[in-house]
Amino acid sequence: MLETLNDKLYLNFIKDDRYMYLVNGFITTIKIAFFAILVGLALGFTVAIIRSAYDMNSEQRRKGLSSALLSVANGICKLYLTVLRGTPVVLQLLIIYFVIFADINVNKTFAAICAFGLNSAAYVAEIVRGGIMSIDKGQLEAGRSLGFSYARTMIYIILPQAVKNVLPALGNEFIVLIKETSVAGYIAIEDLTKGGDIIRSRTYDAFFPLITAGLIYLAVVLVLSKGISILERRLRTGER
Amino acid sequence: MKKFRTLTAVVLASFMAFQMAGCGGTSEQPADDSAAAEENADGTEAENTEGKLVWATNAEFEPYEYREGGEIVGIDADIAAHIADELGLELEVADMNFDSIVPAVVSGKADVGIAGMTITDDRLENVNFSTPYVDAAQAIIVPEDSDVATEEDLAGLTIGVQLGTTGDLYVTDIDGVTVERYTKGFEAVQALTQGKIDAVVIDNEPAKAFVDLNDGIKISNDALTTEQYAIAISKDNPELLDNVNMILSDMEADGSLQAIFEKYLGSVEVNAQ
Repeated sequence: MLETLNDKLYLNFIKDDRYMYLVNGFITTIKIAFFAILVGLALGFTVAIIRSAYDMNSEQRRKGLSSALLSVANGICKLYLTVLRGTPVVLQLLIIYFVIFADINVNKTFAAICAFGLNSAAYVAEIVRGGIMSIDKGQLEAGRSLGFSYARTMIYIILPQAVKNVLPALGNEFIVLIKETSVAGYIAIEDLTKGGDIIRSRTYDAFFPLITAGLIYLAVVLVLSKGISILERRLRTGER
Repeated sequence: MKKFRTLTAVVLASFMAFQMAGCGGTSEQPADDSAAAEENADGTEAENTEGKLVWATNAEFEPYEYREGGEIVGIDADIAAHIADELGLELEVADMNFDSIVPAVVSGKADVGIAGMTITDDRLENVNFSTPYVDAAQAIIVPEDSDVATEEDLAGLTIGVQLGTTGDLYVTDIDGVTVERYTKGFEAVQALTQGKIDAVVIDNEPAKAFVDLNDGIKISNDALTTEQYAIAISKDNPELLDNVNMILSDMEADGSLQAIFEKYLGSVEVNAQ
């Protein structure tokens, strides 16, 4: 019994340095997830701010160039959200790699970061917009009457409160994103899942490669949720 | 320390469960077989799935197996149909990723794996193979203006392959090659036509089909390796192996195997032995 276990471990991980498929896959997965989260945050916040600016100012809409621009920007953002949230991420990945970058020889990891980042941004945008809209209107009015510009009110008063409120939802989105990167293998990226798959295709043993890859994802997600809960606790210290 | 012991216990427990599931499958086998054998008047053994022969394949491998109008057709499809016919069973196709076929046969989810599959040592450790039914080789596909043609030329390049195929195993063993493993052969070819990779290594007959379908690429070497395709069958099912071998030799003797190859390839020499 123990010998079979040893043999299996040897066959799946040690022989031909097969564990390197998992190690390299892990690094690739982390790389894609990390940069996709950054893209998602940057773009997501931008979209959220445009959308909520449009929504909050809709009552006293004036005619003029800036308000027309805001309408157009809001329309574009809405379209972006509809398309990115309405189609599966695997398709988006394939489309970005095989259609949009068809004639450009692009680094595959970069293509994956674009796909997952753009996809995640759509969800981040709606989460953050929800956070912004949840802040009492009086906060905005107070800021404005103290002489802050709209932008400064957002940055110093609204957003800090909004972010604190949506942190659990954002953490959730990051966890989903990390696991979603497992479809990167569709464009022949050797991420963690693909690493397990490659070992499986060599040893024809499903158990160890798949369970090990699964445990590594679990560990990553545990570390991430721990980090987020620490951050949440830190932000709560200011509350009374 | 205690934590580590718990972890070890969990790993061991799950491993044992996994092993027992495997044993269970084997011990049930004889009972299944005798029951099914009674149903078959011609005396041939039936498989686990009553009255059905489950055929595992990856239907993206023209001309061996591919989809045409929703049907899976090709050389292997005809061979599978012939075998099922001889065994008096209904053929049920299970179309899956190529790298899943051997595990499917091992776990009994499929009875036979007929997928242009080369006999290799690693696969032989997991499944039995029938007598080979055709000789094959790996081919290199490159852009038309490329002069990459030999194994030495491949060093330093980025090569696309299909995950788990002999092309994958072959290229992985060359030093200094960046291997891109696609789930489907045609995706590797698509990456090649888009200039994302330098070459594709894949079995020679599908290579011809891909080159016919796509402009701007050519086969620069169609004999990178020599290998033989055979039918994968579970080690727990020696009766089926014997039956399939018998059917294959009959097919060879009465010319029906040759006819199947001619149907898809035009004229061809079938010198499987």
